[in-house]
Amino acid sequence: MAKKEYAFYPGCSSQTKASSSNYLVSVNSMCKTLDIKLTQIPDWNCCGASIGYAEGGELPRHVLNARNFALAEQHLSGQDVVATCAACWLGARETKERLGASAQLLADTNEALKEAGLSYKGEAEIRHMVEVLIEDLGYEELAKPVVKPLAGLKIAGYVGCQTNRPFGIAGESFENPKYLDKLIETVGAEAVPYDQKVTCCGGALAFSEPEKSQKQIRDIVESAYDHGADMIVTPCPLCQANVEIYQGEVNKRFGTKFNIPVAYYSQLLTVAYGGSAKDAALDGQVIRPTKLEELASKK
Amino acid sequence: MSEANTQAVEKYRNNFLKEVEERVEEGEWVKMCMQCGVCSGSCPFGPHWAHPPQEIFMMIRAGKRDEVLTSDSMWMCTSCYNCIVRCPRKLPITHIMHGLANYAHRLGLAPKGQPTREFGKMFWNNLVATGRVNELKLSLSLYFKDGFSQGIKNAMAMKDVGLGMLKAKRLNPFELFSPHGCKDRKGIHAMLKKAREIEDRRKHLTS
Ligand code: SF4
Ligand code: SF4
Repeated sequence: MAKKEYAFYPGCSSQTKASSSNYLVSVNSMCKTLDIKLTQIPDWNCCGASIGYAEGGELPRHVLNARNFALAEQHLSGQDVVATCAACWLGARETKERLGASAQLLADTNEALKEAGLSYKGEAEIRHMVEVLIEDLGYEELAKPVVKPLAGLKIAGYVGCQTNRPFGIAGESFENPKYLDKLIETVGAEAVPYDQKVTCCGGALAFSEPEKSQKQIRDIVESAYDHGADMIVTPCPLCQANVEIYQGEVNKRFGTKFNIPVAYYSQLLTVAYGGSAKDAALDGQVIRPTKLEELASKK
Repeated sequence: MSEANTQAVEKYRNNFLKEVEERVEEGEWVKMCMQCGVCSGSCPFGPHWAHPPQEIFMMIRAGKRDEVLTSDSMWMCTSCYNCIVRCPRKLPITHIMHGLANYAHRLGLAPKGQPTREFGKMFWNNLVATGRVNELKLSLSLYFKDGFSQGIKNAMAMKDVGLGMLKAKRLNPFELFSPHGCKDRKGIHAMLKKAREIEDRRKHLTS
């Protein structure tokens, strides 16, 4: 397999000891097996996230993203920018689209970027890691390195919002995207059908409106349980964090007894590719994914 | 009330739609709404919107400036993008909601202490400091936003979440002292200052 190279934009939540550091570790393991080379954009900054609009407005948010693009163009010329976080990818793609559509916004952006000694030309494409897996490699390639099929594992693929809307993965429907189920099946696990696959977890409002968000989280987890899932798997760090770490709070609020593990697709692939629990950063889960841990430790 | 607000009221008189078109992110789309109601049925926090998006668009056309800009409705938007992919007229509804919220915030009309407004402000200030988000400082400022003793209570209520994250190595107590961050903070600060200047000029937010 030819080595593929990308300019990597990991995002704030995946830094060492941040809320999705386990995502990054497992992505690195997965990419090693798949011969994908990720080079971090030097000195990358925050994308502004969706919630940045309140104080950040429009142009300052676009300028944040454009700085990352400019750095990628300068240091990693010709490589697509790849984000692992759904919100980073969405924010970055929005900026790319808006700057592409408005000459004035582009000129304003470059005027601001000049203050940091940079300029943006609009060359780099912005991709999500899932797009790289599906479009650049394909399910067949992804199945080849599987040495430990995750047979018997029942998984609710939780797509959520931001890898799905408004851009989505090419060829997928917004109401019932199939790519995550296909990834789950590619590694030999069973994707259970359930009805909250694209329900919003509350996003950043899990912090500011906990009560309202926890109702969303309850609906998602309940539906996964009702359909017999052993665990939930997602491509989004905010979905992962919200749906996993608030289960205790949801239990207090609604009298439920939820305790279902929530992992990343990259952790599944890593284990299926023969990686250890450490390679998959399974110790980074707040709710232990015991079945996946057992599979990982099996020789 | 801010001077920018007084100026806006004078400039646009009774034409709130025009004000939104000229000053709010993607505001020029508002007139395309055909009032079908699909967006309003799409918001995850639907019952908590005093005025769901469809109604907001109607109110803008009816010139209900104060009711719209002082409403906490736009702050209920979770950025789920359900509305955008469903709207038959292709309105960028999410962005219009963000734009209205930002405009109301900048004019000083948004509800004081509205939790998402407060959190959004903290989030931005947090990321601007080093170029990257410092999650520990962000959670601490969120818990302590209502003062010290309330902060202790909030932090205690969430201690199970925090301890779980700490054990899973997903929350770093040392972030307080040697946070992650960008090297070129000076450049980032200068660039953001410039961006704000340009935006304020274009949207006449300078007073
Ligand atoms: S879905 Fe679109 S056209 Fe229908 S009410 Fe909402 S904004 Fe208007
Ligand atoms: S993006 Fe905002 S306005 Fe649109 S459906 Fe979601 S919550 Fe409602």
